[in-house]
Amino acid sequence: MSDSNVLLSVEDLHVHFVTSRGVVRAVEGVSYQVRRGEVLAIVGESGCGKSVSSLAIMRLLAKPAGRVVHGKIMFEGVNLLDLTDEEMRERRGRDISMIFQEPMTSLNPVLPIGLQIMEPLFIHLKMTEEQARARAVELLSLVGITDPERRLDQYPHQFSGGMRQRVMIAIGLACNPKLIIADEPTTALDVTIQAQILELMKELSRKLNIALVIITHNLGVVARYADRVNVMYAARVVEKGTADDVFLRPRHPYAMGLMRSVPRLDRPRGAKLETIEGLPPNLLDPPKGCRFAARCQFRADICAQDPALEEIEPGHLSACLRAKEIAAGEIGREQTVIEAGGKREGRAGEKLLSVTGLKKFFEVTRKTGTFSSVKSEVRAVNDVSFDISPGETLGLVGESGCGKTTVGRLILRLETPTEGAIKFKGQDISKLGAAELRPIRRKIQVIFQDPYSSLNPRMTIGQIIAEPLLVYKIVPDAAAAKKRVAELLEAVGLFAYMAERYPHEMSGGQRQRVGIARALAMEPECIVCDEPVSALDVSIQGQIINLLENLQKRLGLTYLFIAHDLAVVRHISDRVAVMYLGRMMELADGDALYAEPLHPYTKALLDAAPIPDPSIEKSRAARTLGGEIPSPLRPPSGCVFHTRCLLADDACKATIPEIREVKPGHLVACLKV
Amino acid sequence: MVTQETIDAERARLGLDRPLGVQFADWMVGLVTLDLGKSMWTDRPVTEEIGLRLELTMQVAIMATIFAVLIAIPLGTISALFKDTWVDYAVRLITIAGLAVPSFWLGMIIILALLYWFNWLPPITYTPIYVDPVANISQLIWPALAVGYRYSAVVARMVRSSIVEVMKEDYIRTARAKGVFEKLVVARHAMRNALLPAITVIGLEFAFLIGGLVVTEQVFNLNGLGKLFVQAVSRNDFTLIQAIVMLIAVVFIVTNLIVDLLYALFDPRIRLGGK
Ligand SMILES: Nc1ncnc2c1ncn2[C@@H]1O[C@H](COP(=O)(O)OP(=O)(O)OP(=O)(O)O)[C@@H](O)[C@H]1O
Ligand code: SF4
Ligand code: SF4
Ligand SMILES: [Mg+2]
Repeated sequence: MSDSNVLLSVEDLHVHFVTSRGVVRAVEGVSYQVRRGEVLAIVGESGCGKSVSSLAIMRLLAKPAGRVVHGKIMFEGVNLLDLTDEEMRERRGRDISMIFQEPMTSLNPVLPIGLQIMEPLFIHLKMTEEQARARAVELLSLVGITDPERRLDQYPHQFSGGMRQRVMIAIGLACNPKLIIADEPTTALDVTIQAQILELMKELSRKLNIALVIITHNLGVVARYADRVNVMYAARVVEKGTADDVFLRPRHPYAMGLMRSVPRLDRPRGAKLETIEGLPPNLLDPPKGCRFAARCQFRADICAQDPALEEIEPGHLSACLRAKEIAAGEIGREQTVIEAGGKREGRAGEKLLSVTGLKKFFEVTRKTGTFSSVKSEVRAVNDVSFDISPGETLGLVGESGCGKTTVGRLILRLETPTEGAIKFKGQDISKLGAAELRPIRRKIQVIFQDPYSSLNPRMTIGQIIAEPLLVYKIVPDAAAAKKRVAELLEAVGLFAYMAERYPHEMSGGQRQRVGIARALAMEPECIVCDEPVSALDVSIQGQIINLLENLQKRLGLTYLFIAHDLAVVRHISDRVAVMYLGRMMELADGDALYAEPLHPYTKALLDAAPIPDPSIEKSRAARTLGGEIPSPLRPPSGCVFHTRCLLADDACKATIPEIREVKPGHLVACLKV
Repeated sequence: MVTQETIDAERARLGLDRPLGVQFADWMVGLVTLDLGKSMWTDRPVTEEIGLRLELTMQVAIMATIFAVLIAIPLGTISALFKDTWVDYAVRLITIAGLAVPSFWLGMIIILALLYWFNWLPPITYTPIYVDPVANISQLIWPALAVGYRYSAVVARMVRSSIVEVMKEDYIRTARAKGVFEKLVVARHAMRNALLPAITVIGLEFAFLIGGLVVTEQVFNLNGLGKLFVQAVSRNDFTLIQAIVMLIAVVFIVTNLIVDLLYALFDPRIRLGGK
């Protein structure tokens, strides 16, 4: 294409990593273009080559393992791969900037922020100290950091995650680049902060005509911000087109599956999520033919051939051999019936778990100098009350530091509450000692967020699951334990032979299933799920959510489901509680809460969460909640939300709002409702 | 024949007739006022006995540290930057040899070499640096080199591994993505972070050298603290042993304090109180 507007053109890029286990073909034959000022999103499962293809553009692949073995990267008519190291260095940070995923580790901890922003100005623009400082101040205000002059001399640890990501953007913008590549720029951030950062990036890219490549796995983000989308699968681009094309008329079965497997805030709750079963292939030894075949519901004999990326409609390409049939509506139209979310009736009056006035304050010592320190109190959980009926799921949402995990740990009695009661089947367990807790621990189990660190790497899967069975004498002997382990593995969708494997031989989703099987081994009545799917890819996420729902139905389990993803929580929960800075803001029936949020914070959260549908996103006004989440060490007076609330007035600063029942079953803690 | 009276008198002179607690308190008071009593062998004040030797030992330790740091930091850095190339292998071979070769053996080789080529033997008497710097340094440089080799090997390995780690950090990638010169990436972004663990090792090794030079001192015929310590032990000179042990403990504590202060200097998270 000889479009003069094309800024970057990647042509048939192949990247290999030489490892001890063989050659990983991380990127194979990827081609795409980015025009000036446009926003391109790259989506796909973990390990599909999104980051590697972008690092290849910057020529920052891990050396010596990673190598571009074929292809061209044309930037403004020059092949970046032909440049000398020095010529490439001159372009980095000047013409092309990159923003990385981890704001916490991407800034140098021992250098002041100011120097880190000014560095490219000195190097590329040869600015003097004064000019660079002035520009750095300008950049910091541009990215919305207040009091920039003073901030320049501070160090990264004095900034919150959101602010560090703003600093990264300021660094990226420093020399007015033509292209910014942002690799998961907001994945580590909270929803409201994510919205702030993305709005900022989009606005700046418009204003300064900077092209933006956003790598993400959040389809909502893509729908809200991208002009065009590349969908990658197993080292290849399988579909590309405008955002509307890819979202509304996906023409590759993988893209179709992705669109359907995300829970959505704007749709009635489906009883079951559609999922893409199976796992992506191993890039050490990818299958012949279509790489998606093993997971594709439309697989046919021709799929043994290698599909090429072909134009289906003008500007809309798909690498599926049956894309034409899909486009013609011959296959893939069968929309699964979405049953309206069946509301499970809890047995009235009889609460399985009931929490009243729960408080947990942690004492912390903060160093103020080499020899001095101050003691202060973190009010992690401050006056939280709710109850859960048997067989019900209560969702608990909130941004980082709001205390949701602490609530879970208190219920599990991994922590002892500072105040308040936790009644499990009528018995107050908040003050029980270890011996009395033992029978209760069995009944309340947990599933953790991180499927990697929560399984002992030196034990086989079978040993991990059998351990509680034998310790609690749930089964008489080792033979019976083995049998039970096999049953449990099958119950969570794994195979009995996997009992011999070690955790590192399992994928993230499989490990999470093992975590679930281990919890089930105790025959619990209640399971605290602490962010059980946040570490997983969209397609795997759907599988786990469905599994949890099935198990609940079959075994009559009760869940406390803790997460920050609103759509996921809403999908799985009967009722939802929203927390902010240790306090409960709103508690209501899931559908009511999403349809008619009453608390200003809940409204802001819902506004901030993007919906994976570009047509809806374009019509939604971008309303973002400003400000940072205050430190729980110094929570604001009165209503803890008043520093960010649009409705706040003097009364809010003075009075702590009581949580009240505004409508039947709908509780809100706000003075203005 | 020693009479009971003589024994009692001697016990009273040494203060051994008082309750243990009082003896201990007395000793502690002596410690803070630097009155550590007299050597039981030479009857000279312990502080005087130690003072003479400490000067020499300190000088050797400091020279060895300077030597080690000057060698280790560039060597470790180069080795890390050329990881898994012949440069790295060569450096690693040198450092492994440094760990394997005992200092006293290296010392003997040095003496033999000096004797063979220059017909020069280390002098028997010690010349303080303020009396004749040239004579002093030409005497002490050899033991400093002999122990400094091992020392530099330990530090170089530490520097290497921490630079290798730091070079994998996200902020190094950020610096490169900004277009920072590769030399500056190493000097400004990597070194400051990588030196923190090296400082700890340097501190520990330094403290170890005070009192740990026993054999090397013997080889070079130096009248240092290590030699004194051995003598004190073989002569059952308790006051002297106590004092040397205390001194070594103090040296450990002081170097650790200095290490902590250096950390604060290099790491703003400590200086400014982090999370
Ligand atoms: N330094 C490396 N050495 C060997 N293999 C690597 C290296 N870096 C990446 N890979 C492999 O390259 C493939 C693509 O990785 P990449 O980081 O691009 O994935 P991604 O799409 O960005 O995933 P994620 O969503 O998890 O960030 C993976 O199979 C990965 O294991
Ligand atoms: S080529 Fe075949 S297997 Fe591959 S995505 Fe298309 S229909 Fe499915
Ligand atoms: S009480 Fe006031 S500050 Fe708090 S949410 Fe309501 S209106 Fe906002
Ligand atoms: Mg990535």
